[in-house]
Parts: sequence; C-alpha cells; structure tokens
Amino acid sequence: MISNLTTGERRGALLILLVMTLVGLFFAAAGRGDPIAVHGALIMVAAIALAFPIMARLYDPEPPAERFDTYYDDPSKVGIILTFVWAAFAMFVGDWVAWLLVEPTWTTSGAWSSFGRIRPVHTTGVIFGFGGNGLIATSFYVMQRTSRVRLPDQLSPWFVLIGYNLFCVLAVTGYMLGITQSKEYAEPEWYADLWLVIVWVVYFILYMRTLARREEPHIYVANWYYMAFILVVAMLHIVNNLAVPVSFLSAKSFSLFSGVQDALTEWWYGHNAVAFFLTAGFLGMMYYYLPIRAGRPIFSYRMSIISFWGITFMYMWVGSHHLHHTALPQWVQTLGMTFSLVLIVPSWASAANALLTLNGAWHKVRDDATLRFMMIAAVFYGLTTFEGSFMAIRSVNALSHYTDWTVGHVHAGALGWVAMITFGALYASIPWLWKRERMYSPALVEVHFWLALSGTAIYVFALWNAGIIQGLMWRTYTENGNLAYTFLDSVVAMRPYYIARAIGGLLFLLGALAGCLNLYLTIRYAAPATDTASLKPLRDELNDAATLPAE
Amino acid sequence: MMMDFSHETVVWAAKTFGLIYLVIFSMAVVAYAFWPSRQKEFHDASAAILKQEDRPWR
Repeated sequence: MISNLTTGERRGALLILLVMTLVGLFFAAAGRGDPIAVHGALIMVAAIALAFPIMARLYDPEPPAERFDTYYDDPSKVGIILTFVWAAFAMFVGDWVAWLLVEPTWTTSGAWSSFGRIRPVHTTGVIFGFGGNGLIATSFYVMQRTSRVRLPDQLSPWFVLIGYNLFCVLAVTGYMLGITQSKEYAEPEWYADLWLVIVWVVYFILYMRTLARREEPHIYVANWYYMAFILVVAMLHIVNNLAVPVSFLSAKSFSLFSGVQDALTEWWYGHNAVAFFLTAGFLGMMYYYLPIRAGRPIFSYRMSIISFWGITFMYMWVGSHHLHHTALPQWVQTLGMTFSLVLIVPSWASAANALLTLNGAWHKVRDDATLRFMMIAAVFYGLTTFEGSFMAIRSVNALSHYTDWTVGHVHAGALGWVAMITFGALYASIPWLWKRERMYSPALVEVHFWLALSGTAIYVFALWNAGIIQGLMWRTYTENGNLAYTFLDSVVAMRPYYIARAIGGLLFLLGALAGCLNLYLTIRYAAPATDTASLKPLRDELNDAATLPAE
Repeated sequence: MMMDFSHETVVWAAKTFGLIYLVIFSMAVVAYAFWPSRQKEFHDASAAILKQEDRPWR
C-alpha cells in the first residue's frame, strides 16, 4: 500500500507527520497540567507510529506507470474497514448507554464512563466515525467512477482519511477526559475544530481537482450531493465553532455567541448537520449505488436536480424548529416551522425517485439483501422526513419536545436511513474494490439485514410510545388545575420502553458485528472475481437501460 | 435598537427581495431541469453510470 505512493508522496507524508509530531510534542510538553497535554501526546504518538512504516519503505522503487490505468482505491478500502470498526465501537457504546437508562448502575465508578460523557462518544462515533468514514470512502469511489478519472494524487486522500479519523479520536477521547464545549454534535474543543477545518479544506480541494479533470461532460448528480455535503459542513462547522480559547495551552474555550444567539447558531448548525451530513451526503450515495445495484438508471434525473436545489435551499432555514416555545422570537420559530413543512416536497421527491427506480427490479429487491438495504433506506428516508416536518409544527412540538419521541425520530433517520443506505453501499462496494466474486457470505448479509430492520422497528416503536406517553403525562392536569403526574412518575413509566429500545439497539449492533465478520471473511477468504464477473449482472441489464423510465 | 434592526429589516427583506429571490430561484431551477436541449445530457448522464468499465479513461 505504501509502495504505491511515489517517492515524493512518501517524503511529503513524512514531512506532514514530522510537523504533526512537533505540534503534538509542543502541546504535550507546554500544556502540562491541562487535558490538552494528553491530546498533544496522542497526536505525537499517532504521527510517529504512522511514520515508521513509511520510513521502512521510503527507498522502495517508484510505483509502475500502469497505476494510471486504474482507479486509486486504497483509501476507499481502508475507509470501509474504518467505517465498520467505528460502527462496532460506537453502536456498542450506544447500546451500553441505552442499558444505563434501564439500570443506571451498569457502569464503572470512573468519571469517563458516566452517562454524560459516553453519550456523546456514541453520537460522535456513529455520526462522524461511522457515517463520516462511510461518506469519505464512498465519495472517493464515486467521484472517480462518475468522472472516469483517477484521483489527482495519492497523498491528499490519505491526509483526508487519516486526518479525519484523528479528529474523531480526539473528539471521543476528549469527552472521556471531560473536554467538551457543550454544543450538541459539536462537542470537540477549538484545537480539534481547527484541525478538522484543515482536513476539510483539503477534502474540498481534492473533490474539485478530481471534477476539474473529469472525462465525462456532465457532473453526475451524486457528486452534487457530495459537494453540498463537503461545502456546507465546512461553513456550518466554522461558524458554529467560532470561539476564543482561554489560552493556547488550554483545552477550554468560550463561544463567540451567548444566550439565544448561541442557541440559534447551535441549532442552525445542528439541523444542517442532519441536512448536509446525514442527508445530502447519503443521498449522493443513494443516487449512485441504488441505480447501479438495481441495474436501472434513476427514475427521473430532472426530479433529482429539483430535489437537490430544494433540499439545499430549504434546509438552511429550518434549524429554529429545535427552539419552539423558547426565548427565540416567535417569528423566527414560525420561519423554521414553515420551511420545515415545505421541505417535505423535495424530501419525498427524492424518496419517491429512489423507489420508482426499483420498478421493474423488485424481483432483485426480493433476492438481494444489499439492494433491499437501499430500498428500506429510501422508505425510512420518506418516513422520517415526513415525521420531521410534522414534529416541526409548533403545536405538535409542544407535545413532542424534550420527550423520547425526538430520540425515536432521530434513530428512525439514523438507523433506518443513514445506516441502511451505508451498509447497502458498502456491501455493493466491497466485492468491487477487493475484486471478489461477491461477499463471502450472502446469508450473513441477509442476517444483518433482518437484524437491522427488526432492531430499528423495535427501537422506533418503543420510543414513539415512550415519547407520546411522556408528553401526555407532562401536560395532564387534575380537576383542580394541578399537574397530575410528577416528573419522576413519567421517568418510572419509561422503564418498559427503555428495555425495548435497548433490545432493539442490541439487535442492530449484532447486525453490524455480522457485517464486520463478513467483511473480514470476504477480504481474507472470498473467491477472487474472474475477469470482472462481479459486474456481470450489471452488464446483462445494460440493454434495458436505453431509456429513462420516467420518460 | 439592535432588535428593531433585526426584526424590521428581516421582515422587509423577506417580503420584498427574499420572496422574489426564492421564486426566481425556483423558476430558474425548474427551467434548467426541463430545458429541452439538456434532456439528452441528463439522459446520457443517468445511463452512463451503469457502464462500469472500472478503469479511468485516458
């Protein structure tokens, strides 16, 4: 893998690692007494550990010129492995947190394992670790195929992938050390945020350079979604994390915003993280992998364009629906609510576009669990976007806000949509990337699918019930006008639902572990593809692909 | 003072320029998507991803 880098790229990598080692050393030494020193040491050790294998191969011969006849897939392969590693880790932590709500004593006495610290480990681990690696790995894959051009260089994709994972590790270890800026989904402190900005700018430039060199005249719509994901996440991340550190040798910083402005900025960021991290990027995945796996072009390319601009422009305004019935001015709440409702149009257009693409390929959905993952993802995408618009209505929100309905809604999206489309895309990519006939065990993919679907259903139904009961208990009055239930009554009433949700989460985790096992078996033992046999079912379909179904 | 600025200005912008901007933007997107001469390009693009030679064009 390292021998595939040119000598110049190997030197460049060493130079970057040297700078990182020095920066790490500086924080480790000068930041003594502050948690930032731990992170300095971590950066230093990681950089040195990466430098050894490169130094060992520094004088290997230059890679052959034939490399230009192939796509550069090494970073995608490592990215897919990392996606599964993060899935196993972060979903395990998630289920642990879920069981803590059933039995609060099931943890250690260490501060690192308290609920408030491991919950963000779960959310960051699944969103950024699992989701982000899935997006980076598939985006490298998709941008090369749709542009029919190799990545412009071999160093920057590694910088993006490894740099991004370093950010994720700094984030989750930071929470366990007690480092947080207390902004939901933006917990990492200023130095980790600055590092992510550097990584993200390199990612953006890499994508632009690949597109600029493309051989296809038209930029396929999946790339638009990936680009929106990269560009908007950069913007959100920078604005929401504007902060002043206490000192350059302290992990602690103070946000530039305060009070209601802070809340609005945070939820402008927070909901657009849902929109552009958890939606736009994964729609890019869907618009590439679903047509290919089904062997049919997207139902309506025009509809995909209109949905793209609809999603891009509407989502920007909806963040304030997280702050209904708060100190936020009423008209800002109404603005968020209105745009949330309009948003259902492009959202359902995308979900319908995906499902209509499957018309004529439903027999494949029946037989192929990989395609079924993508189909179920589209169903949950439609379901969750409808639910989200509904919950954004201020009077509905009066019932749902602060209850577990919100948590159920998020998981319908995260488990049903994000994770399902990711697993579908990964099961499609793995045989192609490792040049295998197919996944080692199609039966294990089936097992994963049914565990994931049943886990999601149990989880979501449990929390719908839980949330509505909570909401009703909190607003039930006696004849005398007193509240009928104490808050603690509503907590006690949650117990059966919390047990069910933890079991649902456990099933989902077991499915992900089955996926990890299948990935290992496929890389290690699966029969190599003869010629490009893994693409054969696709080839047979090409004759059908002459016309777009929508026309 | 600050409050007046944010509320009045935003309402004015939303009711004038903002409204027109969103309507024009929507029309531009629909026109782009339905422009007759682009249909072949879209059609080719959506069919092209299915042709997986799995090596770059050079």
